[in-house]
Amino acid sequence: MSNTDIIIHDEKDNVGVVVIEKITPNQDCNCWIMENDKSVLIQSKDEIHLGHKIAMVDLNEGDTILKYGHDIGKVVKNIKKGEHVHVHNVKTKKW
Amino acid sequence: MEIPKSFLGYKRENGRAGTRNHVIILPVDDISNACAEAVANNIKGTVALPHSYGRLQFGADLELHFRTMIGTGKNPNVAAVIVIGIEPKWTKRIVDAIATTGKPVEGFSIEGVGDIDTIAKVSKKAQEFSMWASEKQREECPMSDLWISVKCGESDTTSGLASNPTVGNLMDKLEPLGVHLCFGETSELTGAETVCEKRGKTPEAQAKFKKTWNDYNDFILKEATDDLSESQPTAGNIAGGLTTIEEKAFGNFQKIGGCQFIDVLEPAEEPTKGAGLYFMDTSSAAAECVTLQAAGGFNIHLFPTGQGNIIGNPIEPVIKLTANPLTAKTMSEHIDVDVSKILSREMNLSQAGDELIKSTLRVANGRLTCAEALGHKEFVMTKLYRSA
Repeated sequence: MSNTDIIIHDEKDNVGVVVIEKITPNQDCNCWIMENDKSVLIQSKDEIHLGHKIAMVDLNEGDTILKYGHDIGKVVKNIKKGEHVHVHNVKTKKW
Repeated sequence: MEIPKSFLGYKRENGRAGTRNHVIILPVDDISNACAEAVANNIKGTVALPHSYGRLQFGADLELHFRTMIGTGKNPNVAAVIVIGIEPKWTKRIVDAIATTGKPVEGFSIEGVGDIDTIAKVSKKAQEFSMWASEKQREECPMSDLWISVKCGESDTTSGLASNPTVGNLMDKLEPLGVHLCFGETSELTGAETVCEKRGKTPEAQAKFKKTWNDYNDFILKEATDDLSESQPTAGNIAGGLTTIEEKAFGNFQKIGGCQFIDVLEPAEEPTKGAGLYFMDTSSAAAECVTLQAAGGFNIHLFPTGQGNIIGNPIEPVIKLTANPLTAKTMSEHIDVDVSKILSREMNLSQAGDELIKSTLRVANGRLTCAEALGHKEFVMTKLYRSA
């Protein structure tokens, strides 16, 4: 089994979580989808640290972020596949 | 793994069992703290539980104060109780309620006597209680005597990925053995509230949860602010990669595994519907939440953390686990169980759940938690509104 760099909770999710100390730009990363035990590959665009999220697809302003298969917020600034997803481009829908 | 059938606990007069054998000196109010602390300083084997409130409270807020005081005294981790208040009436109300358990309890009031004579008088009784409790022996108790509460803190994405699901795995394995279980954190279910509501075992439990969450949300919208962005998620959460309250909530929710909750408890309310999972309406501030759960009668606590919360409680041992490999390394003196190998896939969730069950039993049998060894005794009353 190759090392896992990124874990994705649910097949529907459009973000994954970095589980190594950090990934660097243009790194080919192994992703493991917990729900169905499948593996996918993604190339990162940013340096992303442990616990932070990476976009698995291109996301446009207004799109919904899915994690655990559930809605966890909205995109407020377009995000390219492989970029860092966090408070600078995603906001809660609650308040 | 075959799950052990028993642990070594202290059997109490009312049929409950404790994982600890504390003699507590409980001040009714803020101004009795000095006296309580002096007694605990005089008499070895006792612990004072100072706090900030207990004067001029009224209505539901006062009732919660009494419920917390009484529940703390009744907790089976407590062998005997001394209650000290400024005046006799409220002191007696607490003493009488704790006495229903059959454990030794005695109340003292300071007014008309002064601190020094009170300290002398109370110290004599505390010495008697401490020496009496020191002879109590641990005996074999069924697993169903474990009442396990859970709450996470300084969460990050590793909490939702691994440490919270580890707790969920433990719940899935221990629930069938007749263990009482409790989760709380009303505010930190925001975003997952409709999914959580559906986990109620009965329509009544679901409706009660919905009302509890709606009341909380109305309070936030009306009283506080329309934005919790400085508090939910916290700066620590954001540093750990959590972006929104919804993300935090779905991570938080992993702690209950596949269990359904049978009832919704008021803060510090003792469950009465038998074994199974309960939701308690609590703040998500760690010390407040654990204090309320301990007052509800829970005798051992599981606390998953991401970035490294350090909380403890004076009567309920708090076991910390983390899946964050950096936290496990940089804050190792606070971490009882390291499940970071889940992230590198060197350990699966079921193995992590088994490890947590083993650690929980070691602590139930008497092993000190990191928080106990480090002297963490956070006893924090929840206050609903300002005093009169």
